[in-house]
Amino acid sequence: MSNNDNKIEDKIKLKVYRENRGQNSKSYYDSFEVPYKRWTTVLDALLYVKGYIDPSLAIRYSCRMASCGSCGMKINGIPRLACYTKISELETSTIECEPLGNFPIIRDLVTDFSLFYKHHKNIQPYIQSTESVETAAEEKTYSYNQSPQDVDKYLQFSYCIKCGLCYSACPTVGTDLRFPGPQALAQLYRYFADTRDESKNRLNIVDDRHGIWRCHFAGSCSKVCPKGVDPALGIQLLRSYMLGVSKNNKKQAEKIEVNLD
Amino acid sequence: MEEIEHPIRNNFEGLRGWLKLSGYGWERVSYWFQRLTGVFLLIYFIGHIYETSTIVNGLNAWESFLELTQTVWGHLFLIVVIGASTFHSVNGIRLIFTHVGIGLGTPGRPDYPYNPSSLNYRQKSGIWIALILSVLAMYYGFNILFGE
Amino acid sequence: MEIQRVLKESQIMKIHYITGIAAIFVVAIHIMMRLVVPFESSLNYDYIIANYKNIFYVLILESILVLISVHGFNGIRVILLELRQNTAWEKVITVITISSMIALIAYGTRTIILANGL
Repeated sequence: MSNNDNKIEDKIKLKVYRENRGQNSKSYYDSFEVPYKRWTTVLDALLYVKGYIDPSLAIRYSCRMASCGSCGMKINGIPRLACYTKISELETSTIECEPLGNFPIIRDLVTDFSLFYKHHKNIQPYIQSTESVETAAEEKTYSYNQSPQDVDKYLQFSYCIKCGLCYSACPTVGTDLRFPGPQALAQLYRYFADTRDESKNRLNIVDDRHGIWRCHFAGSCSKVCPKGVDPALGIQLLRSYMLGVSKNNKKQAEKIEVNLD
Repeated sequence: MEEIEHPIRNNFEGLRGWLKLSGYGWERVSYWFQRLTGVFLLIYFIGHIYETSTIVNGLNAWESFLELTQTVWGHLFLIVVIGASTFHSVNGIRLIFTHVGIGLGTPGRPDYPYNPSSLNYRQKSGIWIALILSVLAMYYGFNILFGE
Repeated sequence: MEIQRVLKESQIMKIHYITGIAAIFVVAIHIMMRLVVPFESSLNYDYIIANYKNIFYVLILESILVLISVHGFNGIRVILLELRQNTAWEKVITVITISSMIALIAYGTRTIILANGL
């Protein structure tokens, strides 16, 4: 590192949305001056504010490495993970942090995810088997035989960390609260495409007036996804099955008895 | 689908979300334009049915209707209709293809920087072609309506 | 009047796509028939009455009327559905869009029949 890099610390102005719903207080923006280096993330800067300037700033975070999906917020108007957004890459003199849109605000940058998870649960996000091999009383254990090609069909969608960025970016979700949202629909495709899943009813869950048909492929979900899940792709592929253009000729994964001894 | 109880619409983007164009790429522009042109064309269509129906009232009614619509502003309005219908048609065909999963790429193993395969250049150029064709159609319409 | 009991949303959207594509073709024919003569004379009263007596052209006009009405009013229904969600609102917009669709088709058909008889 050159001496120049160490000599002067650059400062950035953070404009942070403040509101406490519990106390019915009015919302306002707070400004903070925060030192940053080339590698400082927005989350680092917010934690600096919390640690040294204003400890009352409410923020949710955990892993700091884009794995947990807790620190989603609108940064300069676009939903992003704070831990995955470097200040130096934003190239603006002021950084505006606001709570994720389409999620009810609890306090400051912390939002309520209950509706989002409700939609996620609604699409039955688990592998369904017609016979209860896992819980069978008999002493047998089974394993599924899945080829790498079979795995590739859904692997991408299983990388979803439920950070809510796509839900926040989706224009339909902004007005239609019954629309499952990109996250839930992409997860539906993830289980639909899995050869281990035997559910026959999955597609009917979202063939509703507020279901998959309210997606108009604005692509914003895929644009903001920090994990490359590409929810828009999953939704369109799912829709092609529902329209009968793609034929569902999924071959069930073969169950192989595993001898544990 | 299980009924979902509504929380208070606190912080939902609402119509501002529909209208937000910047920062989300061309697909968002296409979404917005498709909706806008669709509503506009339906309004034009209703008006068109109503105005052309004056023909059943005979020659005089038809002539007075022509006096109203065959003006500079009427022609400019028609040019906007030509542009809107061209965009709505071309982009609509592109959207039907995407809705049946054509031209989006296949799922794979995502890698940094995670460029989504569904927002590929086939889609973007589809939107550009729709925009360019609508401008060309408007130019053609202009020549016919305001030409010799 | 519960349209969801009659048609599933996937069937409604299939109709939406098909009417959209079909409308492009018939509207193209409609415009091309206007372009084969100079623009001003295409608005000539006698020319248009003659068009209304051409059974082929009448069929084109009627199919444009039906296809665009179905496609357009379903599009409006979709947009309104996304705006608000409660049973009363959904029932009202279903009734309003379907009845305006039928009314527009009826009005346009009346014009075609009357102009054909002129």
